[in-house]
Amino acid sequence: MVVEKPSLETVWGWLHAVPDPEIPVISLTDLGIIRDVQWQDDTLEVTVTPTYSGCPATTIINLDIETALRGHGIEKLALKRQLSPAWTSDWMTDAGRAKLESYGIAPPQPAGGPERCPRCKSTQLEKISQFGSTPCKAQWRCTDCLEPFDYFKCI
Amino acid sequence: MSTSQTEPNKGELFEFLCRMGDNTLVLGHRVSEWCGHAPVLEEDIALANTALDLIGQTTLWLDLAGKVEDAGRDADRLAFHRDVWDFRNLLLVEQPNGDFGQTIMRQFLFDAWHLSQLTALMESSDAQIAAIAEKSSKEATYHLERATDTVIGLGDGTDESHRRMQNALDLLWPYVGEMFVADAVDEAMVAAGIAPDPASLRPAYDTLVNDVFTAATLTKPQDDFGHRGGKSGKRHSEHLGHMLTQMQWLQRAYPDATW
Ligand SMILES: [Zn+2]
Repeated sequence: MVVEKPSLETVWGWLHAVPDPEIPVISLTDLGIIRDVQWQDDTLEVTVTPTYSGCPATTIINLDIETALRGHGIEKLALKRQLSPAWTSDWMTDAGRAKLESYGIAPPQPAGGPERCPRCKSTQLEKISQFGSTPCKAQWRCTDCLEPFDYFKCI
Repeated sequence: MSTSQTEPNKGELFEFLCRMGDNTLVLGHRVSEWCGHAPVLEEDIALANTALDLIGQTTLWLDLAGKVEDAGRDADRLAFHRDVWDFRNLLLVEQPNGDFGQTIMRQFLFDAWHLSQLTALMESSDAQIAAIAEKSSKEATYHLERATDTVIGLGDGTDESHRRMQNALDLLWPYVGEMFVADAVDEAMVAAGIAPDPASLRPAYDTLVNDVFTAATLTKPQDDFGHRGGKSGKRHSEHLGHMLTQMQWLQRAYPDATW
């Protein structure tokens, strides 16, 4: 049905519109887990790296990529898993970080803890637990507004 | 890098990969047994996430083991259709959860070894092993950090928590030695540049755990006796079989059932 191969730029644009299944406010490209998109003859090859090796969202992510690309008329599609270099939260885009914060999740920081409360922006914070509602998050609390919040772990 | 002379045979490599995958599988299952039972919600979530990481790493190791073996077994087949004598995990990880302190002590003793093993494996001559180690080491770093904090917090906590942590250490220390004893499989891995000599990881391990036990006001047992037989599969403790009846029953009762 596709008479001409869509450009890689177009494909990246489609992928940019695929939300993360667990944090739908950011897209898969915001998260930085799509490492490469290439045409191999008439097969579109998409390279994806997992955030955490046991993250249950990984299979859903692959399914969502496939569904989105097939919806745009891609017939020959190969999804490749890349483990190395391992995903790091440094690959999250600035736009992704901003979207996370306005959603109420503190974005990852190199210092290893959240910079400020995503609600009141206070820097008076305490850690509740190193783990949170998904493998990628930890639980923190703001000691000014007293609200607990998720922090996207820096790995 | 390795020459054809030192390359391990398929059987030895399969064996090594099963050891890595069975450690994370058995410990991952054990930790998952806490789901819904932990003392506080935050710990429940932390334990479940740790288990999830370990099971995820298992998939990577056992998938590769299945490919190396080339006999049509994938990670699920290896996890759910082998019997107790085919498991190659350390005796430490199959020990029951006990109380929360015992679970945390087991995790700490394992994580401290696991992270140094994975760090060494990142330099493996086998690119696939190096990639799995690189991925897993990030998670293991986080696990060790949490286990260390918790061992110190509980060891240097109340009289009750201190007593329980000391009991856990006394109980589990005899399972530490097995991590550092090499056999023919390890020697083949060392010769091929695939994995480190287990004994080479011991000095750094001792330094780390000694520092943590000092901070936790815990006393390491003097006796260095170590039980063996888990990673060789020769003599598992009675606990593993019981665990497998829970872990494997669905696939055994309804073979090849899928979601
Ligand atoms: Zn606040």
